[in-house]
Amino acid sequence: MSLYTDKVMDHFENPRNVGVIENADGIGEVGNPQCGDIMRMYLKIENDVLVDVKFKTFGCGSAIATSSMATELIKGKTIEEALELTNKAVVEALDGLPARKIHCSVLAEDAIKAAFVDYYTKTGREMPECLVGFEPHEDEH
Amino acid sequence: MRVYADNAATTYLSETAMNTMLDCLKNFNGNPNSLHTDGQKTQEKLDEARETVAQCINAARANEIYFTSGGSEADNQALLSAARGQKAKGKKHLITLNIEHHAILHTMKKLENEGFEVTYLAPESNGIVDVEKVKDAIREDTALVSIMFANNEMGAIQPIPEIGAICKERKVLFHTDAVQAAAHLPIDVQAMNIDMLSMSAHKFHGPKGVGVLYARNGIKLVNVIEGGAQERGKRAGTINVPGNAALAAALKEGCDKLEENTAYVTALRDRLIEGLSDIPHSQLNGDRYKRLPGNVNYSFEGVEGESLLLHLDLYGICCSSGSACTSESLDPSHVLMGMGVPVEAAHGSLRFSLNEENTEEEVDYIIEKVHKVVEHYRSISPFWDELESGERQHCI
Repeated sequence: MSLYTDKVMDHFENPRNVGVIENADGIGEVGNPQCGDIMRMYLKIENDVLVDVKFKTFGCGSAIATSSMATELIKGKTIEEALELTNKAVVEALDGLPARKIHCSVLAEDAIKAAFVDYYTKTGREMPECLVGFEPHEDEH
Repeated sequence: MRVYADNAATTYLSETAMNTMLDCLKNFNGNPNSLHTDGQKTQEKLDEARETVAQCINAARANEIYFTSGGSEADNQALLSAARGQKAKGKKHLITLNIEHHAILHTMKKLENEGFEVTYLAPESNGIVDVEKVKDAIREDTALVSIMFANNEMGAIQPIPEIGAICKERKVLFHTDAVQAAAHLPIDVQAMNIDMLSMSAHKFHGPKGVGVLYARNGIKLVNVIEGGAQERGKRAGTINVPGNAALAAALKEGCDKLEENTAYVTALRDRLIEGLSDIPHSQLNGDRYKRLPGNVNYSFEGVEGESLLLHLDLYGICCSSGSACTSESLDPSHVLMGMGVPVEAAHGSLRFSLNEENTEEEVDYIIEKVHKVVEHYRSISPFWDELESGERQHCI
């Protein structure tokens, strides 16, 4: 399949960390069915470390692959490290995405940020500066 | 197992078409416009091909057949000719469907920019236009009605003889894009009152890059390609005799076997429709019966078409989808949207287009794998969870 790299196809065919975390500390959902993409991320956080991350995604092959790769990149990391994740890093880790699929990686980054916003809101902890006023890029889909 | 079920995208070249092409490439390589023996031998081949095409669609004369580079060029030329050719008579209105191929829709846009007015009729929910709406849309200044014979995505067959009769009565030109219909459905341009018709060889086991525009004598064609006087001066460029002869051979073969193939492929199609019908929250798009023999277009709620398509490809099944992710735009199929399919259902659509080379075994394999992938992608879809929990409303 030349549309996608081998890494994208691997994560599409065998997505990592699919599922739901019961009693998750943070849940973020972005996208909508009209656009054809919805991503939902679940975070389990202990001592500021992401001990578990899971996702559910409705979308195309690259939406599933970027969700899977994004969870791989942040699982086991500290909150601080995870908040540094960019959509660009996800694209690079997948050895690239077609130009018109870049928005899927933006969606993955946004889903994680939305889950962190939920975490900080629920716990009442002070929101890190990078999340203050966070809005998902819905209009770009 | 490899299952090719994307024949509406393109078909394999048949042995007959390939052998005809090879014969021309080897033995009829002269330019048919040359006066020497080599040229004239090739001219005979070309004449034969033209005659064959005319017979297959019951054109009155072989000189009503113009060879083109494909269906898109034929569509462009038909529309531009009808519009620009009648502009001086004050005819500035065109009628078409919103579910036509982009070769029609984009040419219509071009004509709108030239000052023509275009009425885009929407079909009913089964994908078929109501002939009364066509009748009502015709005005004194209508130059052309262009309505496709059968839709490429969801297979619905339009009421062509009825529309032809209306156009004849109202003295309006009638063009039909028959790219999906030629060699798959019976076509009689005289009985159906079709003034212009487009077809493309690679949709019926001919080569790519070859098509036909049928234009009834008396219709003034406007050139899309200027140059030499080939094709009665209406389409310049050295004639592609191997391609044209192969088109004719493939068309003849398809038309000769039409009844037999239709019976066989329709049974496969119905088996596939039946086999998918037990998937909950799914629907067949396009009329259940008035559809192309090989077309099955299904929407599955809560999943996205591209992921289904990619996974089916991993199982060796080739099909297509109307999801936005498989298009160059961010919108799902204009055809499904144009017939009122909800956007969520359009995203989750798959099209299988079967032909006489497919088997029951292959259809059963498709049925098994579609169940599997739909179930899998629903299990990882947050959208499906929300539909099942009642957080969102099912649209199917």
